[in-house]
Amino acid sequence: MSTEQQLDKIFAALADSTRRGILARLAKGEASVSELAEPFNLTQPAISKHLKILQDANLVSTQIDGQRRPRELKPEPLIQAQTWIEKYREIWEQNYQRLDALLEELKSARLRKKSGRKRRTKKA
Amino acid sequence: MSNHFYKTAEVQRLSDKSIEVRRSFNASKDLVYKAQTTPALLKRWMLGPPGWQMPVCEMDLKAGGKYRWRWKNIEDQSEFGFFGVFREVHAAEKLVYSQKFDPGTLGGDMGGECVITVTFSEMAGKATMNTRIDYKSKEDLEKAVATGMTDGMEMSYAALDNILGT
Repeated sequence: MSTEQQLDKIFAALADSTRRGILARLAKGEASVSELAEPFNLTQPAISKHLKILQDANLVSTQIDGQRRPRELKPEPLIQAQTWIEKYREIWEQNYQRLDALLEELKSARLRKKSGRKRRTKKA
Repeated sequence: MSNHFYKTAEVQRLSDKSIEVRRSFNASKDLVYKAQTTPALLKRWMLGPPGWQMPVCEMDLKAGGKYRWRWKNIEDQSEFGFFGVFREVHAAEKLVYSQKFDPGTLGGDMGGECVITVTFSEMAGKATMNTRIDYKSKEDLEKAVATGMTDGMEMSYAALDNILGT
């Protein structure tokens, strides 16, 4: 699977608040399907459907522990997704920090224009 | 409209074809709009990573009006740009424009045309600029965002908190 296809699956998996909640729960430690179903007030088939999407995106894996089949968080794909967004965000933030400085300059230029006049307090 | 103050840019993938970037500013929305729509001002901040200048910044700011932006690298002189047509212009409220990539001498492929919607809101004298980019397909989105950001970044596991909101 290409990186793009992998990212598609990750973002699709993360687009649902229940699935983000499942990942947040698994970030604290492994849990069984019934342990995961309980806090979300979902049936086991419903939670299994969400888990399948998370497993297809390689975000969650199934452990084998005797009779138990606890689910575990796989953090690497999340880091991959986060890296992608962070890099993109950084480019915008660099622009916006320059815009911050420019806006300050424009504001003080406006104040200078008003100098000589008495400043009135504006009410919003 | 959210009254959250976005101290630094926040990026959200809205769907497989759309991305939204939000950022707040310690200035009125009138001033932020002016900085976004005045060529002499826009070319001072919309420069991307270090090392780029914006020698061409032409904007016919009206519905149906064209714009052309072009950047030049100070070191290797490579150039690229964006161009398109304004679809909606509502002063200090909303801008909608189409955008196409001009590979210039830099080359690369950023996919087909996208549509950018910029909305300006204000809360207690502080503006928030919301930039939504709608691509025609998820392939176009991936081509666009992959351009210029192929080098990896070392991220700690703490980054998980951001994505999970924990």
